[in-house]
Amino acid sequence: MKIVKTGIAGSLESSDVLVTLAPPEGEGIQIDLESAVIKQFGRQIRRVAKETLAELEITDALLSLQDKGALDSTIRARIEAAAYRAAGISSFRWRR
Amino acid sequence: MKLRRTMLYVPGNNAAMVKDAHIYRSDAIMFDLEDAIAVEEKDSARFLVYHALRNLNYEGMETVVRINGLDTPYGRDDIAAMVNAKPNLIRIPKADRAQDVQDVEALVAEEERAAGLEEGTIGLMAAIESPLGVLNSYEIATSSKRLIGIAFGAEDFVTNMKTTRSKAGIELLFARSHIVASARAAGIYALDTIFSDLDDEDGLVHEVEVAKQLGFDGKSIISPRQIAPVHRVFQPTDAEIEAAKRVMRAVAEARRINSGVFTVDGKMIDKPIIERAERVIELARAAGYRITAEEIDG
Repeated sequence: MKIVKTGIAGSLESSDVLVTLAPPEGEGIQIDLESAVIKQFGRQIRRVAKETLAELEITDALLSLQDKGALDSTIRARIEAAAYRAAGISSFRWRR
Repeated sequence: MKLRRTMLYVPGNNAAMVKDAHIYRSDAIMFDLEDAIAVEEKDSARFLVYHALRNLNYEGMETVVRINGLDTPYGRDDIAAMVNAKPNLIRIPKADRAQDVQDVEALVAEEERAAGLEEGTIGLMAAIESPLGVLNSYEIATSSKRLIGIAFGAEDFVTNMKTTRSKAGIELLFARSHIVASARAAGIYALDTIFSDLDDEDGLVHEVEVAKQLGFDGKSIISPRQIAPVHRVFQPTDAEIEAAKRVMRAVAEARRINSGVFTVDGKMIDKPIIERAERVIELARAAGYRITAEEIDG
């Protein structure tokens, strides 16, 4: 999936994460993470973010995560929503 | 008997509420993709509820998703996503005729087959929210084997009726009576409409008492604060429970001595009274009362 514009999803409310997915400046994935729980969960959040992008076959993107204590499932949901908005795609493969 | 006294609406795009929806112990939780979600957030809510249902543990609580109607650009995607997320039930909004349920059912069945799920995995509920839906409520209630219940939605209904909601609720009496009779004739559940004033607990209790007296099984609710008052109304009183136990003991005794007709508390006992007693025992047990087999076997 190719990121052609900036896609934003989520919020800065408690238990959520604001995800901004933008076209890359160079090649590869660049992740910019802000979180109050970065010491305990920073590595886990990055792992979930990378897995989600890999499943979406996104290889080049600038991903910003402003985390407010989101669960893994919420992080996945918000990245997918942002990705679909950023790629201008509306249909999704729900069968997994 | 499955209890459906309270079905708690949870806005499908609110991460905190989706995460914690089950902790308040309503009988069911209903993630809303429809009216609670702004048009520009429909996709995002769908992703959030999809991943929540697939990954979070709702501790066995009944899960329901209110999808958008098929007359919107979102209904088909909602069905495709939600069948793969496997809630217990999909709630169809604004059902006006049997066909509205059958159209959703066909898409659900198609997606179940494609996903390799057993046909019939996902149950359905239909909300009746218009005068036409009320008049067609029996045809709606009998439109699909998957349909476990019909729910009344009064807000659109009163607008269509050119009236407003009142405390006494006289404007809803015909619709409620018709809907609950249709549900009973079809052998499915009937759920009453929401009560929107969160600060008026007396008003809520009054409305639930009316709905219970008409025969409804429960109510759609919009806040965890409404759970306890609704459950209290549906909970049988100690006197009702004791009377039901006496009926059940008399039934057991009559069976032992092979007697057909008998009385309890001076009243002749027949089949409808026995069924009511059974229901009281079930409701009491569901509310946490310990009623042993010996207590009702005489």
